[in-house]
Amino acid sequence: MKIGTPKEILDGENRVAMTPDSAVQLQKLGYECAIEKGAGAAAGFSDEAYEAAGVEIVKTAASLWKTADIVAKVRIPTEAEMKRLTKGKTLISFFNPAGNEEGMELAKSKGANVIAMEMVPRISRAQKMDALSSMANIAGYRAVIEAGNNFGRFFTGQVTAAGKVPPAKVLIVGAGVAGLAAIGTSTSLGAITYAFDVRPEVAEQVESMGAEFVYLDFEEDQQDGAATGGYASVQSEEFREAQLAKFRELAPEMDIVITTALIPNRPAPKLWLEDMVKAMKPGSVIVDLAAERGGNVEGTVPDEKVVTNNGVTIIGYTDFPSRMAAQSSSLYATNIRHMMTDLTPEKDGQINHDMEDDVIRGATVTHEGEITFPPPPPKVQAIAAQKKPEVKELTAEEKKAQEIAAFKAQTKQQFTLLGVGGALMLLVGLIAPASFMQHFIVFVLAIFVGFQVIWNVSHSLHTPLMAITNAISSIIIVGALMQIGSGSFLVILLAALSVFMAGINIFGGFLVTRRMLAMFQKS
Amino acid sequence: MEFGFTTAAYVVAAVLFILSLGGLSNQESAKRAVWYGIVGMALAVFATLVGPGSGLWLLSLLLIAGGGFIGQYVAQRVQMTEMPQLVAAMHSLVGLAAVFVGFNAHFEVLNVAEVMAVADASKEVLYTGLGGFGQLIAKKTPAELSILHVELFLGVFIGAITFTGSVVAYGKLAGKVTSAATKLPGGHALNAAAAGLSLICLIWYTASGGFFPLFLMTLAALFIGYHLIMGIGGADMPVVVSMLNSYSGWAAAAIGFSLGNDLLIVVGALVGSSGAILSYIMCKAMNRHFVSVILGGFGGPQGEQMAVEGEQVAIDADGVAAALNDADSVIIIPGYGMAVAQAQQSVSELVRKLRAKGKEVRFAIHPVAGRLPGHMNVLLAEAKVPYDIVLEMDEINDDFPDTDVAIVIGSNDIVNPAAQEDPNSPIAGMPVLECWKAKQVFVSKRGQGTGYSGIENPLFFKENTRMFYGDAKQSLDKLLPMID
Repeated sequence: MKIGTPKEILDGENRVAMTPDSAVQLQKLGYECAIEKGAGAAAGFSDEAYEAAGVEIVKTAASLWKTADIVAKVRIPTEAEMKRLTKGKTLISFFNPAGNEEGMELAKSKGANVIAMEMVPRISRAQKMDALSSMANIAGYRAVIEAGNNFGRFFTGQVTAAGKVPPAKVLIVGAGVAGLAAIGTSTSLGAITYAFDVRPEVAEQVESMGAEFVYLDFEEDQQDGAATGGYASVQSEEFREAQLAKFRELAPEMDIVITTALIPNRPAPKLWLEDMVKAMKPGSVIVDLAAERGGNVEGTVPDEKVVTNNGVTIIGYTDFPSRMAAQSSSLYATNIRHMMTDLTPEKDGQINHDMEDDVIRGATVTHEGEITFPPPPPKVQAIAAQKKPEVKELTAEEKKAQEIAAFKAQTKQQFTLLGVGGALMLLVGLIAPASFMQHFIVFVLAIFVGFQVIWNVSHSLHTPLMAITNAISSIIIVGALMQIGSGSFLVILLAALSVFMAGINIFGGFLVTRRMLAMFQKS
Repeated sequence: MEFGFTTAAYVVAAVLFILSLGGLSNQESAKRAVWYGIVGMALAVFATLVGPGSGLWLLSLLLIAGGGFIGQYVAQRVQMTEMPQLVAAMHSLVGLAAVFVGFNAHFEVLNVAEVMAVADASKEVLYTGLGGFGQLIAKKTPAELSILHVELFLGVFIGAITFTGSVVAYGKLAGKVTSAATKLPGGHALNAAAAGLSLICLIWYTASGGFFPLFLMTLAALFIGYHLIMGIGGADMPVVVSMLNSYSGWAAAAIGFSLGNDLLIVVGALVGSSGAILSYIMCKAMNRHFVSVILGGFGGPQGEQMAVEGEQVAIDADGVAAALNDADSVIIIPGYGMAVAQAQQSVSELVRKLRAKGKEVRFAIHPVAGRLPGHMNVLLAEAKVPYDIVLEMDEINDDFPDTDVAIVIGSNDIVNPAAQEDPNSPIAGMPVLECWKAKQVFVSKRGQGTGYSGIENPLFFKENTRMFYGDAKQSLDKLLPMID
């Protein structure tokens, strides 16, 4: 089969979905590769380089779409591009299926298979094809570079002959992949870096990257990130207020703010309000990585750099990965290549579109004339879940039902035990003489009392318990004392020995228990 | 009048014993509870001496005093680390006493039978010479007599098992007998054979009433006790000791039946059920069935065990001290190794220093840590560690993720993550202390060997684990001056 990559149509998009390196790897999987003339030029890959890697150069986009069985591209395809698909063709691209109904309908009517790169599930096995992460990584890095480009001072603090330079203070909001990449870049440039995230469990990751995690004074059971596939989710109003208050407090100190907060399938939350922008020092820089979804910052203009009245620069570019096209193309092409590897288990150049596979199933949005979006939840849990008892999830009625069931089971168990025990008692009573039964009843009651009493003994006192039961089990001395008065010498001897041994036990047992108990002290 | 007085005293004594056990529900009321027990015992002995056991009371008092002297001497001298041995040794005394009392009951029965057989004229004279217990027997009908036979047979049987079992357990705990599980060729078939023999003896004995079947059974029971406990490894000793505790109670109860003494029955049942509950708790803590513990061994591996990857990284006292100085919260997990090294004082000193610096220090105690239920609590109490920072597994297991440093001192299986991670591990499913979730774990251990159960512990290979090799006490003493 043939894999083809057209030139990206969108203005300003420099990336390309196939590099000479990835083409070599794809050919090893048994595929032929084709690329539209000049597709890699903007990312720094010349047609000659592709030719040298054995890639066929196709003159026009039309003929490429026609000849290729599999089309790999970067940006969401336009309607014109979608119309070029035919039955049996496979398209691998960013697709934004949640906001691209028409695209899916079109693909369905054409009978083409579409794999959306942003739908790759976040599980360990799929990390190698997680294009969102690889692009976010670049965006995070580039955001710091872009901020530095617009920031008039050093990142690192210096004491020079010409005066002292304070270090820049950088706040990163949202510690996802992009946020962490930004933290890494910022700390390695020498800035004092702070980071905030609504998921408290990432504090450790933040600190491991060398930044300081900004904690909120807020008590609430916070959302477990693992439940949402590692992404943040919508927060309560109180939480948002606490968060904004914290930002307001930090705003005057910060030189650079980079916001990366995104919630899947929702507009970006507004986190850096106008008054915070106003509170910042002139010359400060804000980079809004969420600009494409409306921005986290009030005043962001997508794809533009604006300077506010108080001299704060707000950068709202949406094409950070494209600004580093060589790097992002090679990473994206590698993601695509890994996807192809999973699609071609036999390495025979034929796609095996296995809808049972969690990763492939998750990423596929149309398959053989059907829309397969949204996918079912993956069978493998995305991220190690925080330890949390399942019971919490139960509704009141379920809890009640469970309690009733448990109560019934307990009742049943007790009834059975009582029934069997009672029957046995009666049976014994039928056979045994009355004098035996008197003692037997005492025996059973004593066991019963014993069970009730012993369950309450605290765990830490188990050793004293053993010592004291040991001491009182020498009550056997009473038996020996009753026999010692007998006429027979042998009986007297044995009874005397028993009395002696029980004597050791009584004194030893009680004294050692006392010694132990005296040692337990409260702090 | 006297008989009524005795019964009344027995009732009071029984109530006192129940209160004494119930008082152990917390540390403060426990101090009172011992006195209930002591008074109860004194009352029982006194009532028996003035009542049915009044013959030879001077000798009895002398013997009690003599035994008491030895008991007191032992109780004052014993080290807290030797508590398991002591408890086992004391069980053996109860077991042996039960055997003797059972034998006596048998002889008395024969004695009475002879007396009853002689002519009517002299019967009255002889009857009054029989003593309290003999008179009791003389009144029995044949059906009651055969029940009496069964009762005393059971008493002797359980008592004999308790005796040899406790002696072997004592030997194992004191290190005088190898603690590994050893069995004679034939294994459990031998035990089964001995048990079968005992059953035959029971039938024979009830039919004939002769001494020989009773004696034969005693030998068989002594053998069962020996062989059964020999076949159980050192790590299962907490269960064994509490099981023997239970047996000594049941033996007393059985003897109580044959002597027709309600106090013996009540106390025996109390002790028996107490030991049974303890055994149950211990088994639950190891996720094992009681039967499989008693039959010994770990039931054999169920499949290929997970291979452990990585290596054990050692650390010296400097490193541990630095980590402890930086830590805010510390959890210490003591095990049998701490008892062996007598390190509890050093541990206590470490805790005192750390707490003085305002750090949160707590202890996590696994139910089967040590060789006796609650063993660790007693050792820590001896070293003056306040009991409110000594927590149970269930209370503290969720706190490990928020803990900076976990220190494992001489424990192994109870912190083995294989119990949760490896379904093929012999200890799979056993509840363990999840210390590996702490940010850092230090393991104080003598060497690289595996623990008692011989299972490899993946904890030692984890990235956040550092091995602090050496004798626990020496290691800690080295560490102490470095904590500032």
